[in-house]
Amino acid sequence: MSIKDNQLLRFTTAGSVDDGKSTLIGRLLYDSKSIFEDQIEAVESTSKKKGHEGIDLALFTDGLRDEREQGITIDVAYRYFTTPKRKFIIADTPGHIQYTRNMVTGASTANAAIILVDARHGVIEQTKRHAFIASLLQIPHLIVCINKMDLVDFEEEAYNNVLSQFEDFSTKLFVKDVRFIPISALMGDNVVNRSENMSWYQGAPLLHTLETLHISSDVNIVDSRFPVQTVLRPQRDEFIDYRGYAGRIASGIFRIGDEITVMPSGFTSKIKAINGPNGELEEVFAPMSVSMTLEDDIDVARGDMLVRTKNKPEPSQEMEVMLCWLNSESAKARTKYTVRHTSNEQTGIIKEVVYKIDINTLGRKFDDDDIAMNDICKVKIRTVKPLMIDSYRENRVTGSIILIDQRTNETVAAGMIV
Amino acid sequence: MSGYNYSLNYIDELESEAIYVLREVWSQFQNPVILFSGGKDSIVVTHLAKKAFYPSKIPFALMHVDTGHNFPETIKFRDDLIEELDARLIVGSVQESIDEGRVLEEKGKNATRNALQITTLLDAIESNKVDCAIGGGRRDEEKARAKERFFSHRDDFGQWDPKNQRPELWNLFNGKHFEGEHFRAFPISNWTEMDVWNYILRENIEIPSLYLAHEREVVWRQNSWIPKSEFLILEDNEEIVTKKIRFRTLGDITITGGIESNADTIEKVVEEVSAMRQTERGNRSDDKRSETAMEDRKKQGYF
Repeated sequence: MSIKDNQLLRFTTAGSVDDGKSTLIGRLLYDSKSIFEDQIEAVESTSKKKGHEGIDLALFTDGLRDEREQGITIDVAYRYFTTPKRKFIIADTPGHIQYTRNMVTGASTANAAIILVDARHGVIEQTKRHAFIASLLQIPHLIVCINKMDLVDFEEEAYNNVLSQFEDFSTKLFVKDVRFIPISALMGDNVVNRSENMSWYQGAPLLHTLETLHISSDVNIVDSRFPVQTVLRPQRDEFIDYRGYAGRIASGIFRIGDEITVMPSGFTSKIKAINGPNGELEEVFAPMSVSMTLEDDIDVARGDMLVRTKNKPEPSQEMEVMLCWLNSESAKARTKYTVRHTSNEQTGIIKEVVYKIDINTLGRKFDDDDIAMNDICKVKIRTVKPLMIDSYRENRVTGSIILIDQRTNETVAAGMIV
Repeated sequence: MSGYNYSLNYIDELESEAIYVLREVWSQFQNPVILFSGGKDSIVVTHLAKKAFYPSKIPFALMHVDTGHNFPETIKFRDDLIEELDARLIVGSVQESIDEGRVLEEKGKNATRNALQITTLLDAIESNKVDCAIGGGRRDEEKARAKERFFSHRDDFGQWDPKNQRPELWNLFNGKHFEGEHFRAFPISNWTEMDVWNYILRENIEIPSLYLAHEREVVWRQNSWIPKSEFLILEDNEEIVTKKIRFRTLGDITITGGIESNADTIEKVVEEVSAMRQTERGNRSDDKRSETAMEDRKKQGYF
């Protein structure tokens, strides 16, 4: 297989200040030889200044000056590395309670989540919170790394404890694939290279796991959804009647000749031709960016969705949504928000708070209508006109929304349709 | 259907993502432009824009901030491309900003017009009523860029506030803005230098010959080969030599250092880059001024 056939895997890492997350990412980058010499030299000299012996791997992911001065991460940072098997994008998110919104952001596009557990402390509230968010955002693969195994003499018992603690509460979660790997990010055990200190562990090291996770089937190929971004009407003589509907396929497969329905108008037609980035195609699938022409001259605009006539989403003005509040200003009752769903936008309001999640106990709190930053709650949203929605569990693209404050233009909330 | 693998390889996925971003920009803004530097990243963005709107012609004007310290090759390349695309070119001139007294020219051996570009760029954005400037910035380039959004908000002074950026979830971009504010959009945020080169090779994209190894008169300064030009002031201990070099990034001729190389085809460049052990901006003296040089310039409105 040539490099050009390699897939892209996006993963998120959640952890708090002391659990070795930055060290782990530094280790992945360093051991996979993704760091350039001038970066290594810079980190070596800083390590020396700070009085570290050898090289402080955590410094590789050090970001903006603000956080260097504070010594903590304030936002989601994206890192890149490539191995002969895959290209990787890391969404590196800080993990304390006040950073729920950052974790949600990083998780929204991830194929996999790495959750770090300190082998000395086992599963703590924070671990549960991270796993809950991964499950809420429907990240298909969860990798629990039991870190700092060097500090518990590489004993299997610490690993087994985490396994059973995790299984006790994870029955409430919806994650398809959970794996456990005992590692020492500091020493390099089971990160890129197999550990020589833990012969009792038969599984693969972290990098090999990331390289071989089966991600092709994570994309929904059943429900064909094509949100129209823009209409192409070339002002050229040879394309005088051309109307191309351009967009990125949200899910499913489309072929020339397919019977489609335009939502919400309900008009039907057939796909006449499909243009991909490199010319005409017979068949296209998510997440390709394409443009399509139809047999019939019907009215289609940005915000409309082309779907297979036999498999349509539900046009809805009322929906139940798991909402994560992202803004420092709390939600206001009866305030109008712009609800953005694929390329469609409608004005809407939060009609009702059904319950709030207590992020520490993961229990439900009723009779608490205040929605503040980092809160996760189930709400009912009503929009002026219908949105063509699917449930988030079935479709991460057509099941997600954001809310935009119409007074400030800020993105204030992210929602997953129940 | 069984046995068929409905998945994209990473280059196709990055390409699809970039096209999606470009179409969102076109749909969400009134007057978006592509910031065109003549460098490979802005060339790749322009190439992607061609694909995104085919068979329509590219709907964005190209905006070039001309420092007056260009490689002549860059200007020729720019003009040829404009003609081929039948696109509009907007030029913001740093020389004019100096002549009008908007900025002061730096003095001394390492004087550059790099910082002066910021004023010219923001003036050009304002006078042309541009509400979104599309750039070729990548998150892997520099640590100040690792947290950059696809849609990056600038206040009405054109400044970037790292603490006041909108969260970006899934692919739901929010380009809503008030009069006077503008956005920067970065369609190839998730690409690395290697991805860009692999894509240039795959798509057979034309790039300025400066990127390929060629003989040139240069001087050794700050760990790289600075090209001879009318602006170069030699120090006593410096001497002009002829070397076979190529450039990894293209900026002003006064500060862009080349590396010694025999890679005179794109294939060879890809091979060389994949074996490379130094970051590409390592040869840009503008980034060497301090540890947070890029971040400081970015806050003021640098690309």
